[in-house]
Amino acid sequence: MIELKGIRKQFGDQVVFDAIDLKLERGEIIVVVGPSGTGKSTLLRCINFLERPDAGQLTVGDLQVDATRATQAQILALRRRTAFVFQNYALFANKTALQNIAEGMIVVDGLSKREAHARARKILERIGLADKADAYPASLSGGQQQRVGIGRAMAANAEVILFDEPTSALDPQWVEEVLGLMKQLAAEHQTMIVVTHEMQFAREVADRVVFMDEGRIIEQAPPATLFSQPRDERTQRFLKKILAANPA
Amino acid sequence: MHALNVDYMLGLVPILLSYLPLTLGMAAAGMLCALVLASLLAVIRVTELPGLNVFAKLFISFFRGTPLLVQLFLFYYGLPQVLTFLVSINGITATILGLTLHFSAYMAESIRAAIVGIDRSQTEAALSVGMTQGQLMRRIVLPQATRVATPTLMNYFIDMIKSTSLAFTLGVTELMGATQKEAASSFLYFEAFLVVAVIYWVVVEALSWVQKWLEQRLNRAYQR
Ligand SMILES: Nc1ncnc2c1ncn2[C@@H]1O[C@H](COP(=O)(O)OP(=O)(O)O)[C@@H](O)[C@H]1O
Ligand SMILES: [Mg+2]
Repeated sequence: MIELKGIRKQFGDQVVFDAIDLKLERGEIIVVVGPSGTGKSTLLRCINFLERPDAGQLTVGDLQVDATRATQAQILALRRRTAFVFQNYALFANKTALQNIAEGMIVVDGLSKREAHARARKILERIGLADKADAYPASLSGGQQQRVGIGRAMAANAEVILFDEPTSALDPQWVEEVLGLMKQLAAEHQTMIVVTHEMQFAREVADRVVFMDEGRIIEQAPPATLFSQPRDERTQRFLKKILAANPA
Repeated sequence: MHALNVDYMLGLVPILLSYLPLTLGMAAAGMLCALVLASLLAVIRVTELPGLNVFAKLFISFFRGTPLLVQLFLFYYGLPQVLTFLVSINGITATILGLTLHFSAYMAESIRAAIVGIDRSQTEAALSVGMTQGQLMRRIVLPQATRVATPTLMNYFIDMIKSTSLAFTLGVTELMGATQKEAASSFLYFEAFLVVAVIYWVVVEALSWVQKWLEQRLNRAYQR
C-alpha cells in the first residue's frame, strides 16, 4: 500500500502543492493527468525524494516516513521501495543494457555480480531485449532505451514504479513498444503511478485516473467515469482539449 | 663560431639518457599523487562539501596563482626553516611535492568540469535506485568523467615532465642537472643543451602519440 498525506512542496516562495493526499492499494494502477506545470513530475519526485517534500507523510509498504524528519537511512530505504522511470530514460551511459539493470542489485541490494547478472538476463527476456545485453545505451533506439529504463525499475523489485511521461520523448514509432511493456506489467499487477498524456493507455489500463491542476488533485475516478462524466469544470476543459489533440 | 661537435653530441646521448628514468620517475610519481589529490579536490568542489569547499577553493587559487619555481623554493628552502622536522627534505621529494600540489590545482578544475558535464539525469537515476552519493560517484560519475578528462590530463602530464627540469635548481642531478654539469666541464653549451632539448622533445612526441591513440579509443567507448 502507498499513502501520501499532506505532502507539500515549494521552490523558493513558489508553492507547487500544499497538501496532496493520495492512496493506492497494492496492484493498483493510477494514471495522473493534468496541464503542464501543474506539479505532476514534482509529486512523483517527492515520492522517492528526488525532491524533498517540505511537509507530509509517506507510507510505502511497511515503511513510514515523515518528510520533515526523514533520515538518510529512511530516504535510501524509501528509494529502494519506489522505482522511477524517467522521461529521457536516464540510462547509465557507461554501462551496458545488462549492467544498467544489474547495477542496483549489486550496489544497493548487495547481490553477487553473478546472481545480479542472472536476474538481469531474465528481465532482459521479459522486456524483449535478450539480444541487446551487451549493447551500450548510445547504440539503442529510444524505445529500446526506455525499455531498459523500465527493466532497471523492475529490477528494484519495488512496491511501486513511478513513470514520469515515459513516452513523451520518444519518436512516434517507438511509443507502442513501450506502452506495450507497461501493459504487460499492468497485467502482472505491478503497482504503478503513471504520468502520461496517452489517454488510450489510461482508458485501457488505469484502475483510476487522477486529474491534477495547479497543484491540486481536482478529481479522481475510474477512467470510464472520469472520461465520460467529468464533474469539475476544469477537468471537462482539460479533457476536451487533450482529446481533441489525441483522440482516444 | 665553431662547427657542431657531432661526436661529442653522440657520446653525450647515452650519458644523459641514464638520467631519464629519474626525470620520468619524478613525473610519474607527481602525476599519480596529483591525480588522487585532484580527484578529491574536484569531488569537494562539485559536492560543495561544507567546510572543505572553502579550503579547496583557496588551495586551487594559490597553486594556480603562483609560479611553480616559487613554490619549489618555498618547499625546499623555506619550509624547513619553519617546520624544523623537514630539515632533511631532499630535492627529489620537494620536487614531487611541488609538482603534485601545483598540478593537482589545475587538474582538479578539469576533473570538476568533466564531472559537471555528466548529465544530471544519470545522477538522479542512480539516486532513484537507492545509491549513496559515494556509490554514485565511484560507479557512475567518476568512470565517465575520467574518460572525458583524460586528454586534458595527458597534457598536464606532458607539461609535468618538462617541469621536472626545474628540479636542478634544487640541486637534483636529473636530466637537466646532468646536462648542466656536462656542459660546464666541456664548455660545449650549445651541443649539450641541444641534445637535452631533443631528448625532451622525443619523449613528449612519443607521449603525444600515445595520447592520440588513447583519445581515439576513448571516443569509441560506450558506443557498441
Ligand atoms: N527544481 C525546480 N526548481 C524550481 N522550480 C521548479 C523545479 N521543478 C519544478 N519547478 C516548478 O514547479 C512547477 C511544477 O512543475 P512540474 O512538477 O514539472 O509540473 P508538471 O510535471 O505537471 O508539468 C512548475 O511551475 C515548475 O516550474
Ligand atoms: Mg512533468
